Amino acid sequence: MADRPRLRRQAGAWACAFAGLFAAQAWADDGDRVSRTSLLPKYREECAACHIAYPPGMLPAASWQRVMANLPRHYGTDASLDPGTVSALAGWLAANAATGGRRSEPPPEDRITRSAWFVRKHREVAPATWTLPGVKSAANCTACHTRADQGDFNEHNVRIPR
Amino acid sequence: MSLLKPHRSTCRRSAAAWIAAIVIAPTAGASTPAGLLAGYAGEAGAAPSPERGQSLFNSRHGRDWSCASCHGAAPTGPGRHAATGKPIAALAPAFNPERFTDAAKADKWFRRNCNDVVGRECTAAEKADVLSWLIKLKP
Repeated sequence: MADRPRLRRQAGAWACAFAGLFAAQAWADDGDRVSRTSLLPKYREECAACHIAYPPGMLPAASWQRVMANLPRHYGTDASLDPGTVSALAGWLAANAATGGRRSEPPPEDRITRSAWFVRKHREVAPATWTLPGVKSAANCTACHTRADQGDFNEHNVRIPR
Repeated sequence: MSLLKPHRSTCRRSAAAWIAAIVIAPTAGASTPAGLLAGYAGEAGAAPSPERGQSLFNSRHGRDWSCASCHGAAPTGPGRHAATGKPIAALAPAFNPERFTDAAKADKWFRRNCNDVVGRECTAAEKADVLSWLIKLKP
């Protein structure tokens, strides 16, 4: 209990360090962590070239660490980066990774789409939907989550293509 | 969020300093398509061939993808990532003035994409061939 004020100061310092520029975390009404994380500009620039900038809270630190250590073999493509960029992005991802709860368990193959929470939240999506030309891949969040590129995965903004 | 809000105003100044530092920092490797082409051709020691470049771009090299799989056979308009479906802006410089204006970025993408398409890095001659074809594409 005596440590509380110090902890609060530390929390404040961390919040200050990350809030404005990097990582204001928000929580959805249902208690699930969403993903209104202000993204590190370099992360958006590099990682959102090929897919949306997946919110760092969608994978635990151990998964991000493996992802960043294996960029030359990144889910079937070469996503290699210079060492300085890798280390900057890896540090930011580790600091903003999923913590606590079931999201802290690394999913199979470190794939967001294999996470238990992802599978559960998409259980009502028909199998054929995933293979629609406008969807192609479960990695293509914006096909249905129309505001996913802004970190908004709210159900109200879901439009499933036909 | 309530924890974060009181700190926002005090953060603004340091955030502004960070942003200024990022914006003011010199852009390494600033170049032009013609400048990059001259560099690759010089390294190759041979004149580039747009025809060879077009052929390399549109062929599969014993693997799943060609360059065109993502950029389109005529990379004068938007393409689409073959795996993720994400839109890719036009590649030909005349249709997208941002293309081939940063040497480090061009090298990064040649390295990655040649590894994916050809299974190895491209030679300077191959890069010169492709870029000479892309530069020739005009509206």
